[in-house]
Amino acid sequence: MSHPSAIEAGHHTDYTGAKIGMWLFLFTELLLFGGLFLLYAVFRSKNADAFHEAAAHLDIMLGTFNTLILLTSSLTVVLSLEAARAGNRRRALILLTATIAMGFFFLVNKFFEWGAKIDHGIYPGSPDLLSMEKGEALFYSLYYAMTGLHGLHVVAGMAILAWMIRPLLRSSQTGPQAYVGLENGALYWHFVDIIWIFLFPLFYLIS
Amino acid sequence: MNHATESHPTRTGTFILVWCALLALTGITVAVADLHFGYASVLIALIIASFKAALVLDYFMHLKYEERLFKIMLLVAFATLAVVIGLTFLDTAFR
Repeated sequence: MSHPSAIEAGHHTDYTGAKIGMWLFLFTELLLFGGLFLLYAVFRSKNADAFHEAAAHLDIMLGTFNTLILLTSSLTVVLSLEAARAGNRRRALILLTATIAMGFFFLVNKFFEWGAKIDHGIYPGSPDLLSMEKGEALFYSLYYAMTGLHGLHVVAGMAILAWMIRPLLRSSQTGPQAYVGLENGALYWHFVDIIWIFLFPLFYLIS
Repeated sequence: MNHATESHPTRTGTFILVWCALLALTGITVAVADLHFGYASVLIALIIASFKAALVLDYFMHLKYEERLFKIMLLVAFATLAVVIGLTFLDTAFR
């Protein structure tokens, strides 16, 4: 198969191969989070009332706000890729920077949210947590483990997207297969968004 | 595979529509959680979340316009996860 844009760029690239690689990686990530979702499902089925009780203490406003931030950042990254491929690198850079900034705001909110919980003596291994009913302790442990792992993924996503600023500054490519690195970075970012789409109702909305 | 790459007009309008739908679904899922459907509320929340995930996968992640191979790969990944979850519940539910 021939890729006109790759030939114009003067080097060989396997566009489809690059994307398959990214998707395969995302499947390993899916199974990583899948294990935690499975843990959540089993413990919740055994401690349904305690999970509902504990979830009532999470800040729905903050959770909703963070959901809106991540959904909007998914829009900006996909528009950034579109702008880059249309040859509008300035617009692409602005949108990409906005995406990374929204990831940062998400983490700032998480910081305040976790901070408030820790101030109330609820953190992994705390005396308050250990004295709680088993189901509630499990809920908060899973809350920290799952939103924590998700937070790490947000940090990684920000780093990957920041790295993709470089090719945007360096060279102008256009066409549907240009900037496959940015496309793969965006795929990762959307994946992180999807994980949050499930974390949000399971932790904030079941009370 | 080239048919997928040819039809590549600017999709800005589509992306913004998808984003609006995602925000609306978020509003709905928060509003429904207030209605206290009891344990069914989790099921409703998960169904809405699945709709949102499908929108992100199909449009933002471009899966709708991708070759069939990508869709089969995703199906295998989901099926694997479903089998793992199913087998675990077969164990824990009847213990």
